[in-house]
Amino acid sequence: MEYKNTDFKKGQPRWCPGCGDHFFLASLHKALAEIGIAPNDTAVISGIGCSSRLPHYMATYGMNTIHGRAAAIATGCKVANPQLEVWQVSGDGDGLAIGGNHFIHANRRNININIILLNNRIYGLTKGQYSPTSPRGFVSKSSPYGTVEDPFRPAELCFGARGHFFARAVATDAAGTVEVLKAAQRHKGTAVCEILQNCVIFNNGTHDSVYTKEGRAKNAIYVEHGKPLIFGENNEFGLIQEGFGLKVVRLGENGITEKDILVHDAHCQDNTLQLKLAMMEGPDFPIALGVIRDVEAPTYDDSVTAQIEEVKNKKPYHSFAELLETNDIWTIE
Amino acid sequence: MTDSMKITNIHDVVVLFAGDSGDGMQLAGNIFSTVSATAGNSISTFPDYPADIRAPQGSLTGVSGFQVHIGAEQVYTPGDKCDVLVAMNAAALKVDYPHAKPDATIIIDTDSFQAADLKKADFKTADYLGEMGIDPDRVIACRLTQMVKDALADSGMDNKAVMKCRNMFALGLVCWLFDRDLSIAFNYLKEKFAKKPEIAEANIKVVQAGYDYGHNTHSSANNVHRIESKHKVPGRYMDITGNKATAYGLIAAAEKAGLKLYLGSYPITPATDILHELSKHKSLGVTTVQCEDEIAGCASAVGASFAGAMAVTSTSGPGICLKSEAMNLAVIMELPLVVIDVQRGGPATGLPTKSEQTDLLQVLFGRNGESPMPVIAATSPTDCFDAAYSACKMALEHMTPVVLMTDAYIANGSGAFRLPELDKYPAIKPPYVPEKLKGSWTPYQRNADGVRYWAVPGREGFEHILGGLEKDDKTGAISTNPENHDLMTRLRQQKIDNIQVPDLEVLGDKDDAELLIVGFGGTYGHLHAAMDELRAEGRKVALAHFKYISPLPKNTADVLTKYNKVVVAEQNMGQFAAYLRMKIDGFVPHQFNEVKGQPFVVEELKEAFRNILA
Repeated sequence: MEYKNTDFKKGQPRWCPGCGDHFFLASLHKALAEIGIAPNDTAVISGIGCSSRLPHYMATYGMNTIHGRAAAIATGCKVANPQLEVWQVSGDGDGLAIGGNHFIHANRRNININIILLNNRIYGLTKGQYSPTSPRGFVSKSSPYGTVEDPFRPAELCFGARGHFFARAVATDAAGTVEVLKAAQRHKGTAVCEILQNCVIFNNGTHDSVYTKEGRAKNAIYVEHGKPLIFGENNEFGLIQEGFGLKVVRLGENGITEKDILVHDAHCQDNTLQLKLAMMEGPDFPIALGVIRDVEAPTYDDSVTAQIEEVKNKKPYHSFAELLETNDIWTIE
Repeated sequence: MTDSMKITNIHDVVVLFAGDSGDGMQLAGNIFSTVSATAGNSISTFPDYPADIRAPQGSLTGVSGFQVHIGAEQVYTPGDKCDVLVAMNAAALKVDYPHAKPDATIIIDTDSFQAADLKKADFKTADYLGEMGIDPDRVIACRLTQMVKDALADSGMDNKAVMKCRNMFALGLVCWLFDRDLSIAFNYLKEKFAKKPEIAEANIKVVQAGYDYGHNTHSSANNVHRIESKHKVPGRYMDITGNKATAYGLIAAAEKAGLKLYLGSYPITPATDILHELSKHKSLGVTTVQCEDEIAGCASAVGASFAGAMAVTSTSGPGICLKSEAMNLAVIMELPLVVIDVQRGGPATGLPTKSEQTDLLQVLFGRNGESPMPVIAATSPTDCFDAAYSACKMALEHMTPVVLMTDAYIANGSGAFRLPELDKYPAIKPPYVPEKLKGSWTPYQRNADGVRYWAVPGREGFEHILGGLEKDDKTGAISTNPENHDLMTRLRQQKIDNIQVPDLEVLGDKDDAELLIVGFGGTYGHLHAAMDELRAEGRKVALAHFKYISPLPKNTADVLTKYNKVVVAEQNMGQFAAYLRMKIDGFVPHQFNEVKGQPFVVEELKEAFRNILA
C-alpha cells in the first residue's frame, strides 16, 4: 500500500510560529509515508511538554500521556501488541529528566520502539527553566545566576545504557531527519533519534551553528556507514584516530589523502569510536549528524514472544482448566 | 499405631511452627497444612515472618512462624492462640509462647536451649521454662538436633545439610500427634525435591524419625488427636494462598475475555508472589514485565491496555503512592486496568511483612482531580480468586481502572479452594466499538451504560489519540471548555456509579440483631468467627461484610441504618467508618480499630462487641 504524507496528518499544530517542532512533524509525516506501515498499525506515544503534543497531529493511534512515562507506556504497548509500530516522542525534560529512568531501561532492554528526543535544551511549556541538557552556567528563569550542574549528553546516556541505535538530525533539515527516522524504523530494537530543535521563545539560537544549511555545511558532518568521515564546505576536512581520540585533518595537508581518513562503522559492536563521534562539538569539531550507531541485538519484545512459544511447547498445560490440574488436588465426596 | 495408643477426636486445633528464619518453618507448616487439607480438614494458615532475610541466628528478631488452624468443620481464621507450639530454639519460645493457649502442648529442641542460645533470647537463667511460667508436664522436650544427626549419620551429608532437616523432625512429630498420613508428606517432598532425590530421601527419613520418636515415647504427651473431617461442599479441592488465588483469578478472567494477560510489576513485599506466580505461566501466554520501578509497572500496563490486553499491575501501599499518576491516566483515558494493592503496614516502608487495612482512603481518594475508581476488597485467601475475576470483568466492561485490595494476611494465608469451573463464571464482554460506527465514531462516544467504546489499535478506520489532557465529549479533541470539563467529570463519575454490584448480605441474626458488625476485606474470617461465637453465647449479633467498596452495594444505607447498634471493625484508624459516614447521612457507628500489623484476635473482638452490647 502506498501512503501520502497527508495520510498521517491530522489537525492544526498549536506550537509557536517558527518552533522546530513544526519542521520535525512534517518530516515525520513524510518518513511514515515512505516507510509505508498503515496508520492503524502505528502508535505514537508521548509524555508531556511542547513536543509531546505531537500525537494530536497524527492520524495514527496514539497517546499524549503523563510527564516522563512515555517510554514505559510505549514498552507495555509494544510488548502487549508487537504488531504495532511504536514511536515515542519526548522532549529533553520529558525524556531525560523526569523520564530518565525509563529512557535508560528502554535502551537496556532493547525494546523495539523508536524514541524521538526533541532536544531544545529548555523547558518550554512551563515557560523557560533549564533542562537536563542545558549547558553549565545556563541562565534561565530558574537559574538567574546560571546553572551549577553539568548536562546529560543524550548519546552518552544511550550508550551508557547499552543502547544499540543512536542517530541525530537537525529539525530544519528535512532530508536528514527523514533518513534518520527511516533508519530508526528499520533498526530492530530501541532506536534513539536526537533531534536538535530550536525553541524560538525561550532558548532561541541554541543550535545556531547547524540550524541552517550553510551552518551545517561548515559545522556538521553527515556520517554514513562504510563511508569515510569527510566534511567541510568543499569536503576538505576529515577525521582520523589519534591516540585515544579523534582529530580533524585537512585533506592534502601533510600528505593526507582520503585513504587515511577513518571510515564510519555504525555496525561496530564496540561503541568507543561511535561515542567519540557523537560527543564531538564545536568549535574544534563538527557536530555529527546521521546514524552514528546501529547494531543488531535481540529485542525484548521478540525475546518475550519467543520465550512464551518455547514454554508453550515445553509445558503440558495451555488453559486455565489444565493449569488447575497441575496442583495437588483432593476430592470431597 | 499400637493398641495402647489413646486417640481422641477433636474439633479443631491450632499449630504454630516457630523457629529461626532459616529453620524452614514455612515449609514444615505448609506440608502439615497440605497433609491436613488432603485428609479433608478445613484449613486456614498464617505465615508470620520477619522483614529481614536473615536476622542474626538465634535472635529474637529472627523468629519466623507459620500458624495453621485445622478443623473438622469450616475454620475462618488461623486461630488466635495455638494448641501446639513447636519452638525450634530459645528465641522462638520466648517470642511465641505468649501466642500459646494456657494448656497448649509445647515441643522444644533442647539442643537449641544451650547457654549461648538462652543468652541470645534474653533468658536470665538456665530455667527457661520456669522463667516463662511453663508447666513442664506440657512440654515435649527432646534432643531434636541430635536425633536428626543420628538419623542421617550414614547419609554422607555435611553438618550444614543435616541441620536443614531439623524442621522435618518437628513435622514428623506433629504428624504423629495428630495421626496424619505420612505418605502425603512424603509425596510432597519427593515432588519438591524432584531434582535432588538424595535431599528428598533425607527429609523423608527425618520426618519418619520424628514420627517414630513420638510414637515410641508417647507417654510424654497426653494424647494423639484426630480431627475427623465433616465436610462441606463436595468437589475437588486444592490448597491455595491469596496471592496465588489472585493470580489464578486474573488468568481465568483473561482467558474468559479472550485477551492476553499482561502484568507490569516491580517486586514489593507482600505482593511479589503474584508476579512470581504469573511469570510461571507463559504456556498460557501470560506476559509479565518486571519493570524498572513501580511507576513503570503501572505505566506499562496502561500502554498494554491501550494496545488491547487485559492489563494488570500489582503492588503494595508504597507502590500505590508511586502508581497514582498513571492510575489517573487510565481514569481519564477510560482504559481497563486492574491495580492490585496487597496492603501492608505503613506509612512509608512501615511494616513490610505485616498486615493492615490502611490503604483504603488512599485507593479511594489518593489522586489528583476527581478520580472515581471502583474498589473491590477480597475477603479471604480463596475469595481472592473471585475478587480478581470480578475486578477484571468490571475493568473491561466499564473501561476503567479497578483497585483490587487484599492484604498481607490473606495474601500469604491459605485455604482449601474448590476448583472453579470456568464455564460457570459470567462472560466478560468488553465494549468494542461496533464496526458500523466507522466514520462517525469519536473516542469518548459512550454506550447505553455510559461506557466509552474500546477501539484497539490495529483496527482500520478507528485511529484516535487519547491522553491525560481533558477531552471534548463530542470530538475527543483537547478541551479546556469549563462546561465540557464539568460534564466529563460527571460522566466519569456516573460511569462508576452505574456499575452493578451484589447487594450487601447480612449474616447471623439478621432480623433481630442488637448489634451489627461491619467490616471489609480480609477481616471477614475473624469477624465471622467472633459473630458465631457471640451467637453461641446467646447474644444477638449479625455481620455485614463488604467486598465491594466503590461503588457500594445499593442497599448499604438500608442495611446499616436498620440496626440499633452498628460497629465498624477495621485494621486502621477508622477509614471505612469515615467513608460510610460520608456516604450515609447521619450514620454514626461504633468503631473498633487496631493497627498492630497482626490479624484481629477473635477474643478481643468478642470482648469489644460485648461491651458495645452491654
